[in-house]
Parts: sequence; structure tokens; C-alpha cells
Amino acid sequence: MNTNVMNRLQSIVGKNNIYSSQEDRIAYSYDGTPVLEALPDAAVRAHSVEEISQILKLANETGFSVIPRGSGTGLSGGSIPTKDSVILLMNHWDKIVEIDRENLTALVQPGVITADLHHAVEKVGLFYPPDPGSMTICTIGGNVAENAGGLRGLKYGVTKNYVMGIEAVLANGDIVKLGGKNVKDVSGYNLKDFLVGSEGTIAIFTQILLKLIPKPKAQKTMLAYFQNMTNAAQTVSDIIAAHIIPATLEFLDQTTIQCVEDFAGIGLPKNIGALLLIEVDGHPAQVEDETKQIIPIANKNGASEVKIASTEKEADDLKTARRSAFAALARAKPTTILEDATVPRSQLAPMVDKIQNIAEKYQIRMGVFGHAGDGNLHPTALTDERDSDEMHRVEQAFEEIFREALELGGTLTGEHGVGLAKKRYLEEWSSSGQKELMQKLKRALDPNNVLNPGKIFDVQF
Amino acid sequence: MGLLSNKNTGSETNPINYQKAALVNFPGSIEIPNEETIINCIHCGMCLSVCPTYQLTGMEKSSPRGRIRLIKIVAEGNLDLTPNFIDEMDFCLDCQACQTVCPAGVKFGQLVEASRDQIANVGKDPQHFRKRFFFRFIFPSHARLKIIAAMLRLYQKFLQKILRKIGFFHLLPKKLGRMDQLAPKISDKFSDKILKEDMRPKGEIKYRVGFLKGCLMNVMFADINKDTVDVLLENDCEVIMPKNQVCCGSLAAHNGDFKSAKSLAKKNIIAFLAHDLDAIVINSAGCSAFMKEYGELLQDDPEYSDKAKELSAKVKDVHEFLVEIDFKQPKFPVQKKITYHDACHLAHSQQITDEPRRILQAIPGLEIVELNESTMCCGSAGIYNMVRYDDSMKLLKRKVDNIVDTQAEVVIAANPGCAGQIEYGLRNREIDIKVMNPMTLLKMSYGLPPAGETE
Repeated sequence: MNTNVMNRLQSIVGKNNIYSSQEDRIAYSYDGTPVLEALPDAAVRAHSVEEISQILKLANETGFSVIPRGSGTGLSGGSIPTKDSVILLMNHWDKIVEIDRENLTALVQPGVITADLHHAVEKVGLFYPPDPGSMTICTIGGNVAENAGGLRGLKYGVTKNYVMGIEAVLANGDIVKLGGKNVKDVSGYNLKDFLVGSEGTIAIFTQILLKLIPKPKAQKTMLAYFQNMTNAAQTVSDIIAAHIIPATLEFLDQTTIQCVEDFAGIGLPKNIGALLLIEVDGHPAQVEDETKQIIPIANKNGASEVKIASTEKEADDLKTARRSAFAALARAKPTTILEDATVPRSQLAPMVDKIQNIAEKYQIRMGVFGHAGDGNLHPTALTDERDSDEMHRVEQAFEEIFREALELGGTLTGEHGVGLAKKRYLEEWSSSGQKELMQKLKRALDPNNVLNPGKIFDVQF
Repeated sequence: MGLLSNKNTGSETNPINYQKAALVNFPGSIEIPNEETIINCIHCGMCLSVCPTYQLTGMEKSSPRGRIRLIKIVAEGNLDLTPNFIDEMDFCLDCQACQTVCPAGVKFGQLVEASRDQIANVGKDPQHFRKRFFFRFIFPSHARLKIIAAMLRLYQKFLQKILRKIGFFHLLPKKLGRMDQLAPKISDKFSDKILKEDMRPKGEIKYRVGFLKGCLMNVMFADINKDTVDVLLENDCEVIMPKNQVCCGSLAAHNGDFKSAKSLAKKNIIAFLAHDLDAIVINSAGCSAFMKEYGELLQDDPEYSDKAKELSAKVKDVHEFLVEIDFKQPKFPVQKKITYHDACHLAHSQQITDEPRRILQAIPGLEIVELNESTMCCGSAGIYNMVRYDDSMKLLKRKVDNIVDTQAEVVIAANPGCAGQIEYGLRNREIDIKVMNPMTLLKMSYGLPPAGETE
């Protein structure tokens, strides 16, 4: 980026809000995605909607790209810098503007940490369900951009189910306000939902209005141990078939259990083949009743033990341990490549079998865990980026996993997004007309390709 | 195009090509203690949520994840020891909160200490002379430390009040004036004067333990040393305080002076292994954490590696030790509303959070209120509050705010650095909350007279 452009950028945000030292550029060269990295030209902090608008206008005029970044925990390369790019830091946009207890909404800036919002709304008896694994540090803006899921997706849905309104700056610098506090609103296109999951390619969010629900009065957290994955998967199907929808229904295979226990030390047995983490919530009587039904279902499928957390802390420790699974797997091998191929929940057991066969075929050590209840799997290859031969086999294995998932009626990614990491699979396998429509929209709304270019798909202009 | 390699991120990306030209005078790479400590970082970002310096700036380079990346690039020879890099290594408190939450088990403390060692070795540390004065001259010698402390005590007793009254410190450079305030009160009698080399319980001896008097503990918190020993005696321990013990070396090592640290470690190994001990009990968290690492520190020393491991295996934090031996239950009620601050070197370096709470919960009459962000660093961090005063004070403000919110009358800090720092924060804001040590409360509840009244 030439000095002239840098000076103009500086006159928008001020000298102290541009970070172009080598150290800063290195620190913004990555996000949570394995292997991907690239240097930005600089990082900037804007302090008003107007400043963001001016930055985007300058980008259109002079040709640099703008990459929004919250806490940089994304798993598909969404905030990896591209050529001639400036990282737009959003993590300091961290105010909870309003919690409306009559309309059950929260108005937040995009840099609010997801767990901070949880605490704030739970203090007044309300509940914001989406809880991605990185919730202690990821931001709401990033959650909306990626349409993040989490452990409670099965019963409560994902981020898109809670976004009621968005204020955003479009690629050309226009400021728009979409949606609002109305539960019913059909005045025109449902535009705010188009921005959910747009992965930073369409707009920069500046305010987000979220739906809240009353906090469930009771909850119970259980662990069920199994000798193998098949029995655990069958238990999941049987629980759903009994018309019980737990808030959380997570599974971990043996490799994952061992790594998680090494980190958390909460007494998980390391010799079992699989475990299910189940949480039911709601009215106390319902919670009691559902717990009573789940235990025999697990036992019928050969559970060696079913344990109920006796305190809230014990329940929290179990869920925290589950959230650590992805990173804890790094204890086994230095590079962990995590995917989130997702299948309709009825196909869970066959998909798990297929993953195990594929891992064997390519001689890859694979840890498998995920959101069993909603078919969202996280097969994680345990590898070493220094071993190019193995890395090649990992790539082949994942290609086959994706193909199998799609054949079972599944999708490439359940909650991490396409970004750079799964871009080429989208090229091959997007459903009829989907990619072309997305490209048309991108061309229309960002004709100079300044916002997060090259993410999700490439566009010819 | 493929999934995994950098080249595959599309034609639009900017592959990293570090400018080798800038490295003509590259003074040598950081010696990473163990390559796995760096490569295991999968940059998931979980550490950002608990890092005090990231909380202060919101900048990635001031986070553990950012620092690890910078260290990696320096270690690979692609970045010089730049002023920015040195400043980031210095800005880190080495509180190790990041290690507690790191699912991948990255040993961040070792990485930052290795970097500081390299920075010091090539003479690039801007605080070099001040640190060397402390770590090579003052701390290694209990005698010199005591002379300085005695001078400080005289000063605090007679001169300080007068000078403060006449506004003398306004005439001095700001930094010197602060040193006057930061120093905790020097004890009237140093603990090695109050305590004997071999102390025996009234009844039957169940355990024979060594006791480290500590540098600061000895001269600034002598009463707490006395309380700790009394509690141990009450629990049927014979307490040996070897005369030839020295500073544990932790302050030196945390600031990258491994040479001093190793020489001190060897002296302590000789001093403590001369006695047949069941455990070496320590009431200063930084010291116990570091002495548990002697084994690693001296692993390449043919003469000392086995002895170092033997000593490390015996080191126990006093709370850890008391819970392990199923300490005698206290009976006398202590009517106080208290809150507990977790010292970094207990909570993060040693994962000791339950044990002090269990001891406090055993004391009848205490009302215990949990402290918000109890495991976040108070900003003391060795000599951090002296060398990075402004950053330290921001963290202290946050800590004191949280303490005030609990409405407790006493805050419990089980580590001398934290106790001094929090006391300073409270005093500065004229807040009437006392700082106490768990051992003092336990001793009270055993019905023993306070330290000052036993002599």
C-alpha cells in the first residue's frame, strides 16, 4: 500500500489507530484456522460507523481490500488477510447497548464477547442460546458473520435463529439498518438474514439486535459411557425417536476423550470407546421426566455407566471440557485439522462408520467428536504440518469424507463457514444455482471486490 | 488448489515472505526449550480471554497467541529482536493464566522466559542494569537484602513520615517517590531472628519438614512466616529452617537471568538435602512454583540433575501440604467477612485453587464471598510493578474494584507479592479493607496468640 493511501487512511481513523509495524502485521496474519497465514499491509481501528464507511469508500477508490476481524477464532480462514489488505479490527466495539426486558431483545455492538452476553442476560433471567466452542473469546459479530452454532443447537437452533436486526456498512460505504424489534415483519425482502453467514464478504456489522428467551428454570447434565461409537450413535437416534430433544447431545470418541481428560483432569475413563454428554433443560418436572426416560435408553444400548452431574460446577466442568476438545487434541499431534461435515441426524451412525473406515484407509489418526444430536460432526485429523506426505493423505481423506457426507444428504460445513478452507469443495459441490446466485449478489453489492475478497468463492468481474 | 497449504488460499492472498535483508545483524535465535511447546499452539485463541495484557490493549500482539507467533518467527530467524518485540516480552506479566486455559498444553511461561534470556544475553534489555542489580546483587544474598531492608525499616520508622509530611517526594522524580509507596512495611524483626533452625512440636513428631523463609517473606512478612511455622507445629511437624538456604532464584529466572537462578538452586539443593525431610513447605507461591521446577532447570547438569529432581519432588505449597496431611480442624470462631484472591503462582503455575479455600472453609465463623476475576493477576508479578508501573496500576485498579464489590472486610492473599501490591492499592485509595494470609487466620482459629505477642 503506497504512502499516499496510508496517509488518507490515517486522516480517517487517526495516527494512533493504524498498526503497520512488522510485529502487528505478523500478529494479524492468522486466525484459528490451521496452516493458513498471510501478512496484511496494516490493521486499523475505526471508532464510528462513519469512519468505517469512509474506509470502504477509500478502498473502492484506491483498490485495497478490507478484512473484518473480531477475536480471530474462526475455523475456515474468514479473517485471513488477502493481497493488499487492511485488517479492520472490530474487537473494541464491545458495548452491550441495551437489554430490553419487555421485548426480550439485546442490542449489541459486534465486538461483544459471546460469553459476556450470556452472563449479562442471564443476570436478568434471560437466555441467549448460541454457544460456540470458543464462546469465552469469540465475538457476536463473528458469530453472525459465520452463522455460528454450538452445543445447544439441537434444541435451540443456531445464531441465525436469534438475529432480529442488523445495522451495517455495505461495501460501497452505504449505511443500512435491517430488521428490528418486531416479531412479525414482512415489509419487503428478509435482508438481515442474507447478511447472516455472509462471512464478511457483503457488509461490516456495526450493531446487532438479538432475540432472547426466558432462561430455562432447571437443567440436568448427564454422561453416558459406551464401548463403541455405534452404540452411542444408536442411543442418539433412540432419544430423538422417543421425542426428547435435549439442549445438548454431544459425543466424543476414545482419542478425544483421552486428550480432553489429559487437559481437564475431570475423571473421564480413558478406556471407553465413546461417551455422550447429554443436557436436558426446561421446567423442573419435564427435566426430571426426560432424565428418567434417557437413562434406560442408554442402558438398553449397552451403556456401561450413566452419570448425572451433582452440582452446577460439575456440569459446567463437563461442558467446558467438551468445548476444549478441538484444541486438546493438539496434545496428541502438533497439527489438528478440524472439519465440520454435517449430515441429517438420522445418518449419524452410518457417517461415523464411514469416517472411521476412511481414517483407516488413509492411515490417518482421527479424533471424532461433535454435536451428535444435530448431525454436526467434527472429524479431526491429528497430524503434523511438517510431514508433507501425511498432510497429502489428510487432504485425500477429507475429500472422501465430504463426498460421503454429501451422498448421505449432508453439507460441507455445519457451523464453521466456507471461507478459504472449504472454498474449492464448494466449487465442486454447491447445490444447483446456489453458487451462481451468490456470485451475482456479490458482484452487484461489491463491484470492486473490496470486502473480504476470495472468501467462499472467487468471482470474475 | 487444495485445502491445506498456504498456496491454496487463492490467487488473492499475500504469502508470507519475511524480509531477510533486515536480519543482517541478527544476533542469534531464541533457544526454544522444547520445540513442542511452540508447535503445539494451534492458535485457537482460548488464551486471549484470560490474558491481562490483552484485556488492557485488545491488541493481538499483546496476547499469548500473538507472542507465541512472534517468538516463533524470531526463533526461525525471520524477525530481529526489535524494540517492539522486546517490549512485548517485557509487557507480559508471566502470570501464566494462559497455561491454565490452554487445552493444547502449551508451556507459555517457558517460551517467554527463554525469550527474555536471549534478550538479556545480547544486551538489549532496556531495564538491564536495574534487573541485574536486583537479581545478581541483592536477592542472591540474604545478608545484603537484610542490610537494605534494615535501612528501609529505619527510614520507614523515622524519616518517612516527616518526609511525606513536608512533601519531600514531590521534589523527587516521580518514579523514586513511588518506590517509597510501593515497598510494604519492613517487619520489626526479620523472621530468621524470631524462628530457630530446628523447631519441634509439643507432642509426637509426625512429619519432618523443611521451611523456606523466602526473601520478601523474611524481611517484610516475618509475622506470616511465624504464623506458618506455628500452624505446622500445631500439625505435629518438626520444622527445619536450614541456615544456609538462599533466595529460590525465581525472580531472576522469570526475567531471563538463568545463570543466577541455577547457581541459587544449587545452593538450596545442598542446604535442604542435607536434612532428611518428608517435605519442603513454602508459603510464598512464586518460590514453591519455581522450586518445583528445579528438576527441569538443572536437567542438563550432570552433577545436580538427580538431586534437583529429588528436591523438586519434595516441594509443597503450605496449603497443598496441609490438605494432604488432613490438617487439624480449627475450632475457635473468627467472625469476619472475607474474600480470596488467587495468586498466579498458586492458581496458574501450580493449579492450587481448592486447597486454600478448603482451609478457609474449615474456619468457623468466616463468611467467604467469591471474588470476581479472582484468578486474574493483580499486577505485582515479581518486580513488574516497579519496572512497568503504569500497566501494573491498571491491573491493580481492576483488582481493587473487584475486591470492593465483594463488601468483604478482609481480602486473603497467600503470596507476599500480591499482599504488598493489594495493600498498596487499598491504601492509595484509602479503602478500609485489610489484607491477611490464610495462615494467620488458621492460627487464630487454632486459638494461638498472634505473632507479635509471642515473643
